[in-house]
Amino acid sequence: MKENKKTYWKGLEQLNNDPEFVKNADREFAELPSTLNEEGSATRRDFLKVMGFSLAAASLAACEAPVRKMIPYVNKPVDINPSIPNYYASTYATAGDYASIVVKTREGRPIKIDGNELSPINKGKVNAIVEGSILSLYDKERLAGPYSGGQLSDWKTVDAQAKSALASAGTVKIVANTIMSPSTMKAIQQLADANGNVEVIMYDPLSNYGITKAAETYYGTAVLPSYSFDKAKTIVSFGADFLGSWISPIEFARQYAQTRKISKEKPEMSRHYQFESTLSLAGANADYRTPIRASQSGLAVLALYNAIAKKAGAASVSAPAVEIAHLEKAAADLWASRGASLVISGSNDPNVQVVINAINELLGSNGVTVDFSNPAYYRKGDDAKMNQFVTDLNAGKVGGVVFFNCNPVYDFARGAEIAAGIAKAKVSISTNGTLDETSSLVQIVAPDHHFLESWNDFEPKKGHFSLAQPTISPLFDTRQAQESFLVWAGDSTTYYDFLQSNWQGDVFTQVETGGTFQEFWDQTLFNGVLAINSTSAALAPVGDVSVAASAVAKAYSADNTSAELVMYAKVGIGNGIYANVPWLQELSDPISKATWDNYLTVSQKWATDNGVTMYEGETSKATISVNGKSLIVPILIQPGQADGTFGLAVGYGRTKAGRVANGVGVNAYDLLDASKGFVNFDITSGVEVSATGDSYRIARTQTHQTFMGRENVIQESVLSEYQKDNSAGRYHPQVYKDGEFVKPSKISLWSGHQYSQHHWGLAIDMNSCIGCSACSVACQVENNVAVVGKQEVLNRREMAWIRIDRYYSSDAPAGDLSAMEIAANNPEVTFQPMMCQQCNNAPCETVCPVAATTHSSEGLNQMTYNRCIGTRYCANNCPYKVRRFNWFKYHDNKDFAGVNVAQNDDLGKMVLNPDVTVRARGVMEKCSMCVQRIQAGKLEAKREKRKVKDGDINVACAVACPTDALVFGDMNDSNSKVSQLLKIKENTTSALKEVNEERAYHVLEEINVSPNVWYFTKIRNKDLNEA
Amino acid sequence: MQVTSSVRDPLVTGGKTYHDVTNDVSRHVEAKPNIRWFLAFLTSVGVLAIGSIAVVATVWEGIGMWGLNKTVGWAWDITNFVWWVGIGHAGTLISAVLLLFRQKWRTSINRAAEAMTIFAVICAAMFPVLHMGRPWLGAYWALPLPNVFGSLWVNFNSPLLWDVFAISTYFSVSLVFWYIGLIPDFATIRDRATGLRKVIYGALSFGWDGAAKSWSRYESVSLILAGLATPLVLSVHTIVSFDFATSVIPGWHTTIFPPYFVAGAIFSGFAMVLTLMIVTRKVYKLEDYITIGHIELMNIVIIITGSIVGIAYITEFFIAWYSGVEAEQYAFINRATGPYWWAYASMMTCNVVSPQLFWFKKIRTSVYATFALSIVVNIGMWFERFVIIVTSLHRDYLPSSWAMFYPSITDVGVYLFTFGLFFTLFFLFAKFFPVINMAEVKAVLKSSSDKVNK
Repeated sequence: MKENKKTYWKGLEQLNNDPEFVKNADREFAELPSTLNEEGSATRRDFLKVMGFSLAAASLAACEAPVRKMIPYVNKPVDINPSIPNYYASTYATAGDYASIVVKTREGRPIKIDGNELSPINKGKVNAIVEGSILSLYDKERLAGPYSGGQLSDWKTVDAQAKSALASAGTVKIVANTIMSPSTMKAIQQLADANGNVEVIMYDPLSNYGITKAAETYYGTAVLPSYSFDKAKTIVSFGADFLGSWISPIEFARQYAQTRKISKEKPEMSRHYQFESTLSLAGANADYRTPIRASQSGLAVLALYNAIAKKAGAASVSAPAVEIAHLEKAAADLWASRGASLVISGSNDPNVQVVINAINELLGSNGVTVDFSNPAYYRKGDDAKMNQFVTDLNAGKVGGVVFFNCNPVYDFARGAEIAAGIAKAKVSISTNGTLDETSSLVQIVAPDHHFLESWNDFEPKKGHFSLAQPTISPLFDTRQAQESFLVWAGDSTTYYDFLQSNWQGDVFTQVETGGTFQEFWDQTLFNGVLAINSTSAALAPVGDVSVAASAVAKAYSADNTSAELVMYAKVGIGNGIYANVPWLQELSDPISKATWDNYLTVSQKWATDNGVTMYEGETSKATISVNGKSLIVPILIQPGQADGTFGLAVGYGRTKAGRVANGVGVNAYDLLDASKGFVNFDITSGVEVSATGDSYRIARTQTHQTFMGRENVIQESVLSEYQKDNSAGRYHPQVYKDGEFVKPSKISLWSGHQYSQHHWGLAIDMNSCIGCSACSVACQVENNVAVVGKQEVLNRREMAWIRIDRYYSSDAPAGDLSAMEIAANNPEVTFQPMMCQQCNNAPCETVCPVAATTHSSEGLNQMTYNRCIGTRYCANNCPYKVRRFNWFKYHDNKDFAGVNVAQNDDLGKMVLNPDVTVRARGVMEKCSMCVQRIQAGKLEAKREKRKVKDGDINVACAVACPTDALVFGDMNDSNSKVSQLLKIKENTTSALKEVNEERAYHVLEEINVSPNVWYFTKIRNKDLNEA
Repeated sequence: MQVTSSVRDPLVTGGKTYHDVTNDVSRHVEAKPNIRWFLAFLTSVGVLAIGSIAVVATVWEGIGMWGLNKTVGWAWDITNFVWWVGIGHAGTLISAVLLLFRQKWRTSINRAAEAMTIFAVICAAMFPVLHMGRPWLGAYWALPLPNVFGSLWVNFNSPLLWDVFAISTYFSVSLVFWYIGLIPDFATIRDRATGLRKVIYGALSFGWDGAAKSWSRYESVSLILAGLATPLVLSVHTIVSFDFATSVIPGWHTTIFPPYFVAGAIFSGFAMVLTLMIVTRKVYKLEDYITIGHIELMNIVIIITGSIVGIAYITEFFIAWYSGVEAEQYAFINRATGPYWWAYASMMTCNVVSPQLFWFKKIRTSVYATFALSIVVNIGMWFERFVIIVTSLHRDYLPSSWAMFYPSITDVGVYLFTFGLFFTLFFLFAKFFPVINMAEVKAVLKSSSDKVNK
């Protein structure tokens, strides 16, 4: 086409290049007319606009947010930096239970208790009760000041009263639980010196008097030995729940786990026999467990003695024959591993314990696994003295009584007699922090500080010292009991000074630090513990077994047919001292999975014979009467319960513990028998049990007992098979694809995540998980997990982020589905900690309509609470059922104020972790893998301009775990412990890691949700034909 | 005009004229509400009021008022949701699909069926909102709205979001379709009315003038909407079934769900139409319009869809066995023999066995038997959803988490609330709206009424 050179002008202005035109040439529109009229005032439209805006702004401004005042420090305390936690080493010691602890405080508030890693005893580990005890600091029911005659008084008045009353009382008895503190004993000595006739009587709710008494008889020294489960290749326990409640379970669990961890490099583990009546935590972990009647237990010990004696060529003792399965085998194993064997008994009968000592002597265990020359001072209770005291009190022979942080009216066998006798004493004083069963009956209550507010020292074992220091100023007008003793003795020094001077005199002289006392003191306080090396030769027996053996032979019988009652302590509640801590009440018992109750455990046979059934939580009640005393208790059918025996937990039935614990369960201490000179937990005569037929509901968090033979859930084998093939017991699901069977992980809809920085993972060893549930409480404290109370647990709505699934084996043939629901009479038990598996192909993430749950760049499945609208689709679609929904508003709600105390009253709220949101009603929550700790760890590393090191960050459950069954770490770091455990060799940022450890598996591997949590097969040290 | 064979049974009996049709239908709209209607209406409102207590309790206290737990996160809420949505299928199927297939017998039932659809979908839509933990936020956060929360958007992977679109589309199309059909009839009533009534119906009829052009447009719109609504009939329940089918839960993760759910929905929808129409025809003396022939045809649809559902149940069992997946197999054995066997047995009896009775002509042409069976079918279909939702969830992968679900009084109350709502709306509709599409019935009067055949 011919080029058109014609030009059209828009007008003359363009042709002339008028300056006005050029200026506006590239504007699309001509200049808009001014919005202002000539006078420059606003137009009508402007007026409307401004008015509309003002109206909207004014009404928005009226929606005022509540004013929350944040007041800065005028003078900031040196140690307190907002949002930065401080840690203080201290000590937990209650009624003979000991743990060296580190207390985490935030803005001056203790919020979490962890174990002290420097302690040679508990080595950084804790249990459920120690974890939970922190909430007792913030108990609304603690006394606000001293009480006199039931009225709130002041210290001056109380001191004057106490001083004169004690001086004129004549004989004064100070009743206490085990006192491990040397300085406390000194303070009491001061009181004794001032008043003359003062005697300290110690007893323990969970008495181990039998052992100390037997040690006195057999070795000439009334102490507990130090046990070393870690050195034992064969462990035989007669009813001693050394993993749950016996003496020092944290220490023992830690030692025990060392013998239970196996690997390719160390394919060996200890063998553990348990002979007991009620299925205990230790029994649940045993390789061979034999249910026996309590009445046979003494004879079983004798039979073992004779079997060992035969092998050792020692004289046997005369004993009635008794048929006990696995006893011969146990004897053979013990003998084979002599020098590395350990026999223990939970019996409180000194005669039985003498025979146990004799067995350990024969096996050469003394000085190796049982060491009386390095005694432990966990239990100093003397049942005989306590018995005498109760008799004297009722006879009016006791002039004055001081109950030093103990509650014998509730937790001593003859508590009712003490309650009746207190009034007969001229003066009665208690130092308990609350008006409990005992202190509500005395004339003067001089409340002690909480242990987290106190100074103290402890000597838990010979040569081991530990200090307790205050982690918060006293919340109430209380005073340290030791200081009260000093005041009443006329000494005005503070207990802190008193303590320091004792240490300067007694402890500092024993160590060679080369520094000043102050340096030594500061360092010890910082460490929390101090070990003084002392070697002492093994003790040689001075007693004789035959006297005890014949007493045992007489006292026990092989063929008792009447009902027998065995009292035991549960992992969560223990002796009941911390029963008012709702975390512990709601902790699912590792064996029964029950919360908020104690109950009569009965055998499956008894239940069938008596027509008692249990479905979900529905059960019925029974009347149990023991020599005239009777209680009505709910029944719980317990597989593994020896037929003809019944179990009942102590620690419940508190009447004056506080609003949480009052009226929960029945008090089994009432049924203990003190008539034989020791507190007997095994009642073998005069027991009658009859079902009342009244229905009752026990709140259990797990109502299905077996794993239905599902290999995709539980993978297990026996040691001999493992030694042949490290992948023994593994289940390898395969999926058919394109003509071949492939691993499920080879087929995916997803392209897979890449984690360029960290890839957090958790390895869980089911062999070393003993089910103790310390993790569960630790998680609850760390993550502000709500307590929902019994009714809501019955409604199956407990909130635990980490739970321990407990499965029993079944005798039913595979395929018989309804029979597989029934547990075996004496089942094998498997514990499986279950929490959010942080799936890489998370089914929860895809279904959330609002993307409230998403995947992080570090492999975590994160939950955004404030985006959640609560459709619960994610929880439904979670194959592991670990998501928890806030069915109600659990915080600041009077309906839950009585149970969820940590989120309702001002005092309780002080325990909340400020780094973790308290969830609103209607939102979903779940394990976050302690994302707040991960963030804190990363920030710390960033601040120090370095990479995160393995061990910088650890999750609360793994920190608490006494057996290190849970190992957390970065799977992108091939040097991390978790990578080493899983044998992740290659360095890859892919979500899909090549795990070379043969034991490691994913639960439900076949659905390929690709979890970041790995489980290690459970290996039992059993013969193949018996597994 | 379409030619209808003379051997076919007439669609309208009783020798009705155009005027008769107008009179028979408008009579009820124009008459004063009678005592029977008042009683029925007040009962519905009463049920609604009682149910409201449960709804208020749920919103005020939380979802904890229901019987749900950590294992069973959905039960009556989603059961009721799917049940109501299923019921809401018949209307559109009748008006749209049958329109496209030129099934003229639909004309006398489509109005009520569509109304039922709309009310059922309203009831159904209550549950996705009520079942949320935080409905005050969820009600709009579930929509892809621009927002100031940052770059927050909805998750298009989630079947729940697909539900939001499916249900809202279905509801809007159904509503428009229904209303368009009502316009000529409102105009008829307007033309017969005086005073305030004339004003109201005049407004409702959008100035309908009955001109040929208007009728032509009316027909075109109907056809277009029918074309739009037909895929929706299939898509809504397909998408509802995706809530389950796309999950990993044994018993949910099933590719058969879409056709199975759609068949089930039509099944229950027709049953509900029958339940309502049998009563309406009796009370309003509309036996000449809704004839035994209509009832029989609907019963045949019920046999067919019931049988499809039955085959689906059996197929599920087969596939569970064939898959070799342990959890899947257990889920189905547990359905039939586990603690909820009675729910499964009710479902099987009501949905598979009882509709087979309609093979007998005597039963399928009996008004009483049909009425009874239509209720049985809806009971069965409720149980079907309960079985799918609850028995799959209550025992899934990890036996440690197996739990039972027991409904609370609030669960019952919320269900009652939707019943109250449904019947309140339906009675208002039956009183103030023409329950039969006069215009369309008149259109078939010539070709297929018995007057013509005579």
